[in-house]
Formats: sequence, structure tokens, C-alpha cells
Amino acid sequence: MTFAQFIYYNSPALIIAIPLLAAFLTLVFGRISSMLRNIWVVLSLVATAIVGLIIAYRVSIEGIIIYTFGVGSPGMAIPVDSGGIPVRILFEIDAMSSFMIITLSIATLAAIIYSIASDAKSTGRDNFYALFLLLTLGGYGIICTGDIFNFFVFFEISSLASAGLIAYRIEKGFAVEAALKYAVISTIAGIMVLIGVAVLYGEYDALNIAMLAQSIHWTFLDKFALVLLLSALLMKCGAVPMHFWTPDSYSLAPGSITAILVVASQVSLYGAFRVIFTLYGVVINAFTFGWIIIILGVLSMVVGVTMAIPQKDVKRLMAYHAISQTGYMLLGVGVGFALLGDKALLDSIGYMAMEGGIFHIINHAMYKGLLFLTAGAIFYRIGTRNLNKMGGLGHNMKYTMIFFVIGALAIAGIPPFNGFASKLMIYESVFLFNPFLAVIAMVVSILTLASFVKVFHSIFMGPKLPEYAHVKEAPPMMLIGMGLLAAGVILFGLFPQQVVDLIVSPAAHALVNQQAYISAVMGGA
Amino acid sequence: MILNFPFITMVLVTIIGLCIILFRKNLLKVIMGISLIESAMNLFIVALDFKEGGIAPIFTLAPLEPGVEPAAAASAMVLPVPQALCLTSIVIAVATGALMLSFAMLIYRKYGTLDISKISRLNG
Repeated sequence: MTFAQFIYYNSPALIIAIPLLAAFLTLVFGRISSMLRNIWVVLSLVATAIVGLIIAYRVSIEGIIIYTFGVGSPGMAIPVDSGGIPVRILFEIDAMSSFMIITLSIATLAAIIYSIASDAKSTGRDNFYALFLLLTLGGYGIICTGDIFNFFVFFEISSLASAGLIAYRIEKGFAVEAALKYAVISTIAGIMVLIGVAVLYGEYDALNIAMLAQSIHWTFLDKFALVLLLSALLMKCGAVPMHFWTPDSYSLAPGSITAILVVASQVSLYGAFRVIFTLYGVVINAFTFGWIIIILGVLSMVVGVTMAIPQKDVKRLMAYHAISQTGYMLLGVGVGFALLGDKALLDSIGYMAMEGGIFHIINHAMYKGLLFLTAGAIFYRIGTRNLNKMGGLGHNMKYTMIFFVIGALAIAGIPPFNGFASKLMIYESVFLFNPFLAVIAMVVSILTLASFVKVFHSIFMGPKLPEYAHVKEAPPMMLIGMGLLAAGVILFGLFPQQVVDLIVSPAAHALVNQQAYISAVMGGA
Repeated sequence: MILNFPFITMVLVTIIGLCIILFRKNLLKVIMGISLIESAMNLFIVALDFKEGGIAPIFTLAPLEPGVEPAAAASAMVLPVPQALCLTSIVIAVATGALMLSFAMLIYRKYGTLDISKISRLNG
């Protein structure tokens, strides 16, 4: 077997192995020289992203990939002598997972390039990059795993790494306070997930998601486990009413980390979708549960945007907008889930709503990441996040201003940026489902635009302020990081149809097609 | 099992832990409450595979005497999976506990207090 074949066939294992190994070697290389360590971290994340692309390619031609750990032929999920039970830990990667892998890869690459410059003056950068890689690893693990206990382990890895990174700049204790809140929330969420997993294990003697999905049949204990799993995952993705940790941790983490935290929240959202669509699927009363998710989504949209408007801290404001945008994803996918039982409506509206919601995940990761990176660049240069103390920065930070405008127009859903493409899909399909919901979604978009016009005006417009006369443009590495995301925002906005056909639509169909997920492991049709 | 006693204990300990988290003002006590819930959870997981007179799931311990069917010998063992889960969750609980305690330490250094009502300066 050649090296290329080895990489190709073991790509699901390598996407975990590379960041894990790199995280610990980072500490070793950091002892030698910081330049070497930076190169090492960037190269390992590039390698991870390439492996991610290989996986996405494999999924697009082979369908669902199974990778069983600890056997000679990883494609074999069920050992011959086990009596039809998948006893080993396995990764199961379908189109939805590969979509999330692409999202996470883009965000990590942009953030790492940015953070090489933005955190150059900080101390303890060896640990910073090690935690950064572990956070990436946790995200990839959650996305790829086909084993629900393994899911919990990766969930905790990503929570621990994020908590450490949020506290990275102590900021007179404020960042530590935010990190403590995050740690408490995510520990409680982790406990809830584990109790849910234990209940399911006690009932069905299985931890494999496909096997559980096959045998689940909506008893009282199943409902109990569903409530625990779903509320924990929605808590971690920052949906109202469990959103209170989001503004604290997003605003006090370093800019590059916030861009990753946004995607880490989307990964929790992915977990929630995986639970309701794949683990439970049709056994749930889909219409009722779909409406619960829709209502949570609408609440997130409205509460997020109304809380954002009065904020004085630029990153806090953006964090509330992140909550509001999460609402769009919940709305789109919730509509799809509500129509799960109705084949005709699902085909006509449901898939489009789900595609809109899922497309919004990657768009949000890019434009929100971009906005947080620009906010980080402004903080890097002037040392404050308070909007009232800013002004006239457009004279000195032209590129940052352009990137901010791109991000702001994308989040408000203005063509030709990517936010418009996904929001239009959500509006169109949700309008056919329930016109009232579509109207709320549009009003929230208008409020988002209003809020960002205000922010743009108070940061960049106006005469040069004397205290910022010597402010320079952000360093080139930071601009490259932002430029990467901005290019994605524009590209996805100009060619939405191609993106939807290539990665989004297969993801939506993979989520709905529970039977394919089950039979990939359990065999049979 | 006597009257599902472990499960009742688990629920009681969880409720005590939750009450501590919700009603105590001291940050260290909140962290203790979380670790109480984690212990309750471990008890729950171990109780899942409890078997009257079961033996450890080790191959050489199987009572393969003449006259004992292999299937009966296997069913005398407790399930190994919940114990593996429990070990993993203990390790994770140690990690989260250490992390939260170190945050509490930093907060005490910076703010000079561990009273929750005084340290929540982030709001709005």
C-alpha cells in the first residue's frame, strides 16, 4: 500500500490523529523556537484540512464511510463472531458530517493564520496553540463519531479546551469569570449528555448510534433521554433560553478563538440535529418537536437581536447577533423536521428549508468569524471594545473596514454576499410553511442591518480622533486570515447554487435519510 | 437489587447537588455540587450493570468447570462496558473539576472574593 493510499483509506482516523499528536508536539516545538512552533501548528492544521477534504471527496463518491477502530479492515462495522452487534468504536461519516468538516476546516485555517499575528505578544502561547489544536480535535471528533459515548468524550474535550482558551487573556479576572461560567454550563451539559447516554445504554445495551436508532421505540425512558440530550446540546449551541453564557465567553475570548467558538457552537447544533434526525427520527412526533425547535429558533432570533441593539461592547453585540443567527438555522431545520412525516410537503418545502438552515451554518461560520476577527483586529490596535470610545478608524484601518463591511452586509442578508443566499432560501420555504414566521425572520434581518449600520458608523466613520492618530492597519497575517473568510463570503454569495448542489443538499438528504445511516452499520436495506 | 436502592441514592445525591449549585453563594461549594452530581452519575452507570453474585469480566476468571455451560459462565460476569464508561467519566470529572478550581483560584486572586453575587460583573 502506498503512502497516498494509506492516507486515503485511513483519513477518518487521521483527522483525529493529526491534531491530537500535533497538540502535544506543539509543546515540544515551543521549547525549541516559537517560529518553528508557529510553522508546525499551521502545517498540522493545513494537513488536517486536507484530510478533511479527502474525507469530503470520499463521502461524495462512496456515500457513508464507516471507519472501525482496532480491526484490519476498517470498513467492517460488525465483527463476524459478535452476533450482529457493532462492538467496536467506529466513525460514521455521511454528507452532513463532511459538510461540517468543511465548515470547521475553513474557520480553523483562517483563525490560526490570524492568531499567529494577533497573539504574538502574549505569553504562554505553547499552551494556547495546544489547546487550539485540541479544540479543533474535539470538533472533528463530534462531527465524525458514530458512537454516542465517544460523542460525549469529544464533547468534553472541546468544552475543556474552549474554557481554557476563553480564560487565556485574564483581563483583570473578567475573562476567567466568563470561562468559569462556560465551564460550569458545559460540565452540566456534559453530565446531562452522559445521563442520557447511560439511560439509552441501560435500555438497549448499545452505544452505537446506528444500532440505537434501529432499536429505539419511544418509551418513557427514550423521551427522558431525548430531553436531556437535546437540552444539553441546545444549551451548548447558545439557543435561547440557555444563551446567557454566549455573550460573556464570545466577548472575552481572543478574536481568533471566538471565530472558532462560533463553529464549536454550530458543532453542538450539529449534535442536536444528529440526535433528533438520526438517533430518534421518525419515532418522534415530528410535527410537535419540529414546532418546539421552530419556536426556540424564533425566540433566539428575536431575543438575540433585541439584546444586541443596546450593547456598548462591540464583541458582546456581535455575540448576541450570533445567538440571533443560530435562530435562523433552528428555524430552517426545524421546519424540515416538522414536515418529516409528510413526504409531499417535505419534498416541496422541507428540503429547501433544511438546505437554507444548513447552508446558513457554513455562511454564519464565515461571516461571523470574519466579523469577530475584525473586532479582534480593532481591539488589537486600540485596546478597547467600547463602541463609545471608538471613532474615525476608517481613515487608518481601511482593509479592516472593508472586511467589516463585507461581514456586516452578509449577516444582514444583502446580496451578493452569502448571508443573502441562505436567508432567501429560508424566507421562501418558511413563507410557504407559515407566512408569519417568515415575516419575523425578515424583521430580524432588518434589525440586524440597523444594528450593524450603527456599529459601522461608530467605529469607522467620523473625523480622526486625536488619541487614535497613530493607529496603524492590522498586521498582514491578520489581514490574510480575514481575507480568507471574506473571499469565502463573496464566493459563496456569488455561486450559491453550486455550493448548495455540491455540499448542502447532500447534507440535508443525509440528515433525513435515517435508514441509510442505520444500514451502513447494521447492514440490510 | 434491594428496592432499586442505588437509583434512589443517585436521584437524591443529584438533587442535593443541584440544590447546592442553585442556592449556595460560595463558588467552591458550587464546584463541589457539580462534582457531587458527577459522582451520582457514576453510581448510576455502575448500578446499570449490577448483577447479584456477578464476577469481574476477565476471561481467566470465567468459572469453566466441567458441567458449566460456556453461555452460563459468560452470563455470570457483569457487563464490562459500563465500568469502562464510568472510568472515562471519572477521568473527565477530574479534568473539569481541576479546571474549574483553577478558575476559582484565579478569580479569588483578581477579585478577592468567592461570593457569587459579588463576582458576577459581566452582565447586560
